[in-house]
Amino acid sequence: MIELLASVADTNRLWYALPLVVSVSLVYGATRHELMGPILNNAFRAAVWIGGFMAIIFVVLMLISWAV
Amino acid sequence: MPTEDGTPTSDDMIEVDLRNPVVAAVWGWVCPGAGHIYQRRYAKGVLFMVCILSTWFFGLSLGEGHVVYASWKKDDHRWQYLCQLGVGTPALPAIVQSQRVKKGKEPLFDGWMAPPQNVVNYESPHDELSQWHLKYHAFFELGTLYTMIAGLLNVLAIYDAYAGPMVIASEEQSDKPPPDDQDDT
Repeated sequence: MIELLASVADTNRLWYALPLVVSVSLVYGATRHELMGPILNNAFRAAVWIGGFMAIIFVVLMLISWAV
Repeated sequence: MPTEDGTPTSDDMIEVDLRNPVVAAVWGWVCPGAGHIYQRRYAKGVLFMVCILSTWFFGLSLGEGHVVYASWKKDDHRWQYLCQLGVGTPALPAIVQSQRVKKGKEPLFDGWMAPPQNVVNYESPHDELSQWHLKYHAFFELGTLYTMIAGLLNVLAIYDAYAGPMVIASEEQSDKPPPDDQDDT
């Protein structure tokens, strides 16, 4: 349990992913649209996808580190 | 602009004047977003410039300017620099520093973007690269990652300046014959 808590406490570095996700989503959206509205719309969807994918990987890795 | 199911909307109907695409691409490499500004696509130009340059400089600051350097020595093949080079002129000081070090001169600006000295494959107090890893811990890798992604994002931006926004048409629509053909039959 201590290991699990330690791994959760060590997740502060995940905040460094946030500006990267925002930046990647916006640039990705901007390469697919020309107007600012659709760009922001696409960027939001991309950010949700990236965040969801990261969350799944995070949970899987945390469970593995807890179990092993 | 296609919707989620691939149906084009009014955004797709916008005609984009790419002016000279090659010149725009070169400008896009010289400075992120400059190609779009040359094409008078100001909003996208500013968006690319802010996103890519802020990612670049944030990553650079995480490693205090050491995460970007050009080196192709036996024990230090800095392949990450190839990705970082995509950002354009902000990555070029690394080449200047590398050339100075190669000629035996002192690097400029307190070693900012200069390659590390005495790199060996084992832990040594004289190995500058090991010392950087020791000093910055995970931030060295994080800074490298940020600057690499900034470079790769600019490659996307350069392509956008060269060819315009990528529109993905649905397969169903591309299979349909054009309206003129339907009238003829």
